[in-house]
Amino acid sequence: MSHLPKLIFELSREGKIGCGLNEADVPAEPAVDAELRRGAIADFPQVSEVEIVRHYMALAKLNYSVDAGFYPLGSCTMKYNPKINERLAAAEELQAHPYAPHDLVQGNLEIMARLEEWLVELTGMAGFTLAPAAGAHGEFTGMLVVRRYLQEKGDPRRVVLIPDSAHGTNPASAHFAGYEVREIASSAKGTIGLAELRPHLTPDVAALMMTNPNTLGIFESDIMAVAEALHANGSLLYMDGANLNALLGIVRPGDLGVDVMHINLHKTFSTPHGGGGPGSGPVGVAANLLPYLPVPRVRKGGSGYEVVYADPRSIGRVKNFYGHFLVIVRALAYLMALGRENVGRVAEDAVLNANYVRSQLQGLLDLPYKAPTLHEVVFSDSGLPVKTLDIAKRLLDYGVHPFTIYFPLIVHGAMMIEPTESESKETLDDFIAVMKVILGEARENPELLRQAPTRTPVRRLDETQAARKPVLRWRKGELH
Amino acid sequence: MRYLPLTDAEREEMKRAIGIADVRELFTCIPSGQCRPPLGKLPKALSEPELLAVFREFGRRNGFAAALSFLGAGAHSHFIPEVVSYLSSKGEFLTPYTPYQPEVSQGSLQAIFEYQTMMAMLTGLDVANASLYDGASAAAEAVLLAVRRSGRSRVLLAESLHPEYAAVIRTYVQNLAIELVPVAVEGASGRVSVSDLRSQLDDATAAFVFQSPNFLGVVEDGKAIAAAVHERKAFAVQVVAEAMSLAYLTPPGEVGADMAVGEAQSFGLPLGFGGPYLGFMAVREEFMRQMPGRLVGETRDLDGQRGYVLTLSTREQHIKREKATSNICSNEAWCAMRAGMYLAVMGQAGLACAARACHLNAAYFVRQAAALAGIRVVYARNFFNEVLVEVRKGSAADLAAALKKKGILAGVPLAWFDAGQKNRLLLAFSELHDRAAIDRLLAAIGEAS
Repeated sequence: MSHLPKLIFELSREGKIGCGLNEADVPAEPAVDAELRRGAIADFPQVSEVEIVRHYMALAKLNYSVDAGFYPLGSCTMKYNPKINERLAAAEELQAHPYAPHDLVQGNLEIMARLEEWLVELTGMAGFTLAPAAGAHGEFTGMLVVRRYLQEKGDPRRVVLIPDSAHGTNPASAHFAGYEVREIASSAKGTIGLAELRPHLTPDVAALMMTNPNTLGIFESDIMAVAEALHANGSLLYMDGANLNALLGIVRPGDLGVDVMHINLHKTFSTPHGGGGPGSGPVGVAANLLPYLPVPRVRKGGSGYEVVYADPRSIGRVKNFYGHFLVIVRALAYLMALGRENVGRVAEDAVLNANYVRSQLQGLLDLPYKAPTLHEVVFSDSGLPVKTLDIAKRLLDYGVHPFTIYFPLIVHGAMMIEPTESESKETLDDFIAVMKVILGEARENPELLRQAPTRTPVRRLDETQAARKPVLRWRKGELH
Repeated sequence: MRYLPLTDAEREEMKRAIGIADVRELFTCIPSGQCRPPLGKLPKALSEPELLAVFREFGRRNGFAAALSFLGAGAHSHFIPEVVSYLSSKGEFLTPYTPYQPEVSQGSLQAIFEYQTMMAMLTGLDVANASLYDGASAAAEAVLLAVRRSGRSRVLLAESLHPEYAAVIRTYVQNLAIELVPVAVEGASGRVSVSDLRSQLDDATAAFVFQSPNFLGVVEDGKAIAAAVHERKAFAVQVVAEAMSLAYLTPPGEVGADMAVGEAQSFGLPLGFGGPYLGFMAVREEFMRQMPGRLVGETRDLDGQRGYVLTLSTREQHIKREKATSNICSNEAWCAMRAGMYLAVMGQAGLACAARACHLNAAYFVRQAAALAGIRVVYARNFFNEVLVEVRKGSAADLAAALKKKGILAGVPLAWFDAGQKNRLLLAFSELHDRAAIDRLLAAIGEAS
C-alpha cells in the first residue's frame, strides 16, 4: 500500500460537497437551447472541505521550497520571497477589473508607472513594457521589437546570433520572431569577444542575444566592444537579463550599449516562482526603439495616469490586459524595501556567496572555466567516479535542493550553483560540508549515490516510461 | 537590510576565505568607468510599516472597490472559497521552482496532474497541458499548433473572437508564413456565418478559430462549425474566454472541437487588474506530442510506487532549442494549482450551481430589460452570462458614465476595443449577483436612459 496521497478523484464519493453556495434567487428560467447545455461533469470530484484541506496538506509535505531550505538552482535565482509582498498583492483595493474606468484605477496605474520608472533608472534603458508574462515571453517581445525596428529601416535581416552557452529559450524566441539562429562558440574563457563575434557578423545579422553575466556566471567583459561592432554592422545587442541579480546597482546594461533587454521579476525581484510560474518579463529598450514596444502603455497625462491602447508603430499586443499586475506589485514592493541604499548590496552579497562556495569547492570539483565568478559558479563532473545526476540525487537525501544540472551544455556534467544573497554563511557552510561528505561517499561507496535518493517521498522515477506511454490524466476504471 | 542575512563579520570572514580585501575586487571584470551608477531616482529604503502605508495609499487612489460591477469580457468575478486562498498561499506551493527534481516535487506535480485531468473533463477533450500564459496567448499557441500539425498555413479567425485575442494572434504570427483570414458574423444571430466559413475554407486552411460563448456573448452552433471545418480536413479550435461556461454548456470536445484554449481565471483567481491569469489548452490525443508547454505524466519509481514527472520534454526549448514547439518556459503553474484547488472545492455540484447562477442571473436581466425603453438587448437568447445591449440614444460610454455616478460599473463599452462601436455595452453576470443587485442595475439604466 502506497504511503503517498490518493488522487483527488480517488477520494471522491457521490454526494459529498466541498463548498456552500446558494442557488440563484431569480427564477430558474434558462435562455439557452437544451442541446447547447451539458449534464453533470462525469467523474468530477465530490469531496468534503476537510478532506480537501488534508489532501493538499499531504501534497504540500511532498514539496521542497525556498521557504523550506537552500535552493541553489543555478540561473533561477531562487532568493527568498518576502512575506509582506504576498499581503500587499492580496489587498482588495488593488483587485480591479482590467477594464475598470481609468479614473477608478489611478493607484494601480501608478504602481505600473513607478516600476517602469525605477527599472529605467536601474538599467539605463529608455523605457520598459511590463506586459510580457515571463522571461521567454519577454525575449519574444524583444525580438519582435528588433525585427520591427530593422524592418522600418528597410530590411528585417535574417539571422540572430546566439552563444552556445545560452538558455534554450533564446533560440526558440528568435525562431518564433521569424529569425534563423546561428550559434556562436564561446571562447576558452567562456565568453564572447570580438574574435568569436567577427566571423559571424555578416550583413544579414539582425542581433546578438547575449546573457550577461552568462550562464557560466562570467561577466561578458567585452560587451562594449561587442556592442560597438554590432552597431557598426547595423545590428542590435539583445541582453538576456535572467542573471541581472549580479549587476543590480553595480552596472547598467543601458550604459554598456545594450539595445534591448528583458528582466525576470520572478528572479531578480524576488516574486515567488509558484512551482513554475507566474513570472513576469518586462522588456527595456534604448530610446530609438521606444515606438515599437507593445501596447498598452501607461503614461502620465495632464489629469493623471492614462493608457495608450493603439500605436501604429508598435509591434502590437503580446498579452491580454496589462501584464502580470500582481507580480509587478510584489516586485515594486521588493524594490521599495531595498531602496537605493541596498540594491547594490544584493549584487555584492550574491556574488560574495557564489565566490565563497567556489573557494570552498574548487579543490574538490573540476572548474572548467576559471574566469572570475559573479552570481553563480559552474563545476563539471570530470574526473569523478559518479555522474552529476548521482550527486544531485544524493543531495536530496541530505535535505538540500540540488543545483542546476547538465546546463550550460558546454560543460561536461555541469553543476551550476547559484546561492543568491538570501543565504547566510551558516547555510553555505552546511551545504559545503554536505558536498564534502557526498564527494567522500562517491569515492568510497559510489553505489550509495547511484541508488539515491532513498530518503525522499519517492525514489528515482521512470521518465522513459512516462514519455513512451504518456498518462497525462486520471480516467475512471483505468489502473493508476 | 532584513532580506540580507550576512553580517559584516561574516562578510569579512568570507572575503578572507576567498582571498580578497574588498568585495569590489569581485567586480573588476566590469568596465570600471561604468561601475556604480548614482541611481538617485530610486526610492529610499522603506521599513515594513512604511511599505504597508505606501501601498494603502495606492489602494486609496483606486476607486472601484465599492462599485457594483458588471464588467467581464474575459476577466470575471466569481466567488472564491476561503480554502483556495488558504491552501494556495502555503509556501510549499508558492515558493518552489519548476519541478525539475520530481523526488521532492510530488506535491506540485500531483496537483498539476489533477488540474490537467479536471480541465480535460471540463473541455471534453483527451488531454490538457499544465498551463499557458493567458487566454490570448493560448489562442496564439493553438494557431501555431494547428499549422505545425496540418502542414498548412492559412488560419481563419471568427470576427466574434475577443479583440485582444485576435490582436495577440496577429502579433505572434507577424513574422511567420501564416495567413490570417476573418470569417464574418451574422448580424441577426450574433453567430459565425457558416456559409462564409464554408466559402473561406480551402485545402490550405489549417484551422478555424472561433470563440464560444463569443465576444458578443452568444453561444455558437459548434456542431455546425466543426462539421464544416472537418469537411476540409482542417481543425476546429474553440476559444473559451469565460471558463465558467464549461460547467454549463456542451463541452468543446462533445461539440466536435479538436482543441479548446482559453482563459481559466474564473477558476479561483482574483481579478488582479488583469493578471496573472491562467491560459489553458486541451486537445484530442493526436496533438499531444505537438503541444506547447509543460505536461505532467504518471509513472513509477524504482520501488514501483506511483509518482509524477514533467514529461514529453523533447518538445520543449531546453532540449530542442529553436526547433521546440514553443519558447515557453515559466508558465502559470501556481495559478493552475490554485485552479485545481478551486475546482476540487467547488466539486461537481458546486461548480454546476455557480455556473447555473451565472446564466440564470443574465437571463433574468434579459427578461426584465425588455421593459426598458432606453436600451435593447441585442441577442436575447443563447448567451451564457454575458449580454450585449445597445443604447437607443447617446453612447454606451455616456450610459456607463451615468451609472458610474450611481456606483455601478454597468459593463464594458465596446468602443474600448473599436471606436466605431459607440452604442454597444457588454454586461457580465455571475453568481455573486443576486436579484436585488440586478434590479438596482435595471432601475439605474431606466433612470439614466
